[in-house]
Amino acid sequence: MKSIADIKAIREKMQSEIIMRDNKDVEEIRVVVGMATCGISAGARPVYNALVEEVLKRNLKNVKIARTGCLGMCKLEPIVEVYVPNQEKVTYCHVTPEKAVNIVVNHLVNGKVCTEYLVGSEE
Amino acid sequence: MFRSHVLVCGGTGCHSNNSAKILEEFNAQIKANNLEEDVMTVQTGCFGLCAVGPVVIVYPEGAFYCKITVEDVKEIVEEHLVKGRIVERLLHKDDHETADHKVSALSETNFYKKQTRVALRNCGVIDPENIDEYIAYDGYQALIKVLTSMSPQEVIDVVLKSGLRGRGGAGFPTGRKWQFTKDAVGDVKYVCCNADEGDPGAFMDRSILEGDPHAVIEAMTIAAYAVGSNQGYVYVRAEYPIAVHRLQVAIKQANEYGLLGDNILGTGFKFNLEVRLGAGAFVCGEETALMTSIEGKRGEPRPRPPFPANKGLFGKPTLLNNVETYANICQIILKGADWFASMGTEKSKGTKVFALGGKIVNTGLVEIPMGTTLRTVIEDIGGGIPNGKKFKAAQTGGPSGGCIPAEHLDTPIDYDNLVAIGSMMGSGGLIVMDEDNCMVDIAKFFLEFTVDESCGKCTPCRIGNKRLLELLTKVTDGTATLEDLDKMEKLCHYIKANSLCGLGQTAPNPVLATLRYFRDEYIAHVVDKTCPAGVCKKLLNFKIDKDKCIGCGMCARNCPASAIVRTDYIAPSHKLASFAIDKEKCVKCGACLQNCKFGAISKG
Repeated sequence: MKSIADIKAIREKMQSEIIMRDNKDVEEIRVVVGMATCGISAGARPVYNALVEEVLKRNLKNVKIARTGCLGMCKLEPIVEVYVPNQEKVTYCHVTPEKAVNIVVNHLVNGKVCTEYLVGSEE
Repeated sequence: MFRSHVLVCGGTGCHSNNSAKILEEFNAQIKANNLEEDVMTVQTGCFGLCAVGPVVIVYPEGAFYCKITVEDVKEIVEEHLVKGRIVERLLHKDDHETADHKVSALSETNFYKKQTRVALRNCGVIDPENIDEYIAYDGYQALIKVLTSMSPQEVIDVVLKSGLRGRGGAGFPTGRKWQFTKDAVGDVKYVCCNADEGDPGAFMDRSILEGDPHAVIEAMTIAAYAVGSNQGYVYVRAEYPIAVHRLQVAIKQANEYGLLGDNILGTGFKFNLEVRLGAGAFVCGEETALMTSIEGKRGEPRPRPPFPANKGLFGKPTLLNNVETYANICQIILKGADWFASMGTEKSKGTKVFALGGKIVNTGLVEIPMGTTLRTVIEDIGGGIPNGKKFKAAQTGGPSGGCIPAEHLDTPIDYDNLVAIGSMMGSGGLIVMDEDNCMVDIAKFFLEFTVDESCGKCTPCRIGNKRLLELLTKVTDGTATLEDLDKMEKLCHYIKANSLCGLGQTAPNPVLATLRYFRDEYIAHVVDKTCPAGVCKKLLNFKIDKDKCIGCGMCARNCPASAIVRTDYIAPSHKLASFAIDKEKCVKCGACLQNCKFGAISKG
């Protein structure tokens, strides 16, 4: 038999898992990962998983992570693009799972663009 | 942690369209691609858009795939789940004409935009067989709140204040029912749930039980606490196997978690819940007949009073509510009476679930705030009438209700408005009819149903409805007189006034309502001996237009009764031959009409 505290614990644990299914019309930040063949072979999948995990862990309800096809700059893959409403799109390149975590913390949570990973710094 | 959730609809509609196999295939394909640890598959309840089923939704994108076949699964897994490319050709398209391929998230479709989901909030969102997912969506929070911080009277006061009325059809204030049962004197009290949904074309309760069974269990436990009961029964028809199974699984899980049983959540409150299966008699949806059936006797109604609140199941005070009524309770407790009362009209609060059926594009399940107009439901949410036909009437309330003609389409839907225009809310079946439907035939269909389902205990219902049906048959056969119409009306009022239970009291409603709004159609049958919609076979006459006929003979070849014969062999220059219909042999099947490519055959 469960106690009230147990039910609460189940609720919190499960909420972080199902947050993905909330499709509410909130002002949301879109994070798009290039996952065409080029992206995947450059390691986009662990990056994607790291983003999802970090966002769920931090319970960021306004962030939606999506996959997309080839962004055209295959040599810069894995590429992650961040769309914050009413702001210019930000494109990160050569992202690794570690960088992905930093992007979530700095950019999505604190609103500070991680300039060192920006596409411009590569060129 | 899963990066993608694949939700496959397991409601009855999609289930009968093979959704179980689709789920199996997803699991197999996901395994084949080594994605078991990345992707989670969930079988949910009804999403509502049954017309485009089987339905699959993939999160986090919220991609809404419709009309999926087992063969499509491989493509979705390989393209969407592996490569991250949404399979556009399988996405739902709002407008089938322009076929605009775009990611239609569920909430963006026209079908969902104007809906407010309270009773259906978890249907199509959670796995109904996983109690943890229900808990994640605030499940059992209302029960915890009630058991730890509210007195039974406070619970009833909240329900009273919310203005919730019984969703089974009659619309009796739920809070008052609870109060009567609480105040009744008795050592044992029962809490029952009426899931004996029998109206043709209605599947609201079924979908709630299939999609969110815990919501009903939780609400019944709250009701038991409020009225002082320790034993409950859900009376559900055996024809709903998926609903029964999910309910039983849910009850088992709730017992394991201590959310049902002898010491709920360690608070000392005791409530046990059992399922009772009904054999599918329509009359068992009537409250006194339902309780007689639970007792193990033949399901026949008895006169009221005494009302169940005082003398119900096994002669004890009993609270009986409908599935949808219960499905609203937990949200009312959590969000407050004012929140609920803020939706709807002055006398009808909250939302109502409707099962859309008949001549409508989006067949399915919708939930709208009370006060929404019928036009919004049919045209905006339902997508209008298919094939460019004209709307004729909407039937609400099943065999107990009436029909609403086009001139009342802008009436805001609530209990009182529907009664005022000669129909009723009923449990929520909404059948749309177009110009091809004959209203006399519709009335006859519903009356045939109630004549079949009448239990036979009282004379007005048993014999009166039978006589009424005979009169209606005379109309459709073209042998009735205008006096027969008056006789029918009189008989209707007699049956309504004198029948024992709701079945008989409401059975003549479809006849009365069609007589009221479509008397011209009755008169056409009686005086002109024609059926304007071309439905009533005895009044149909098929004719061949000699000018349009080119003499190809397709009609004669396709006539199953060999009723079309070639009449002349000396054809005019452009004709091969000419044909005529032998009225004696014609069975009025319409095969000739369907097969004529030149529009030469007409009926009327």
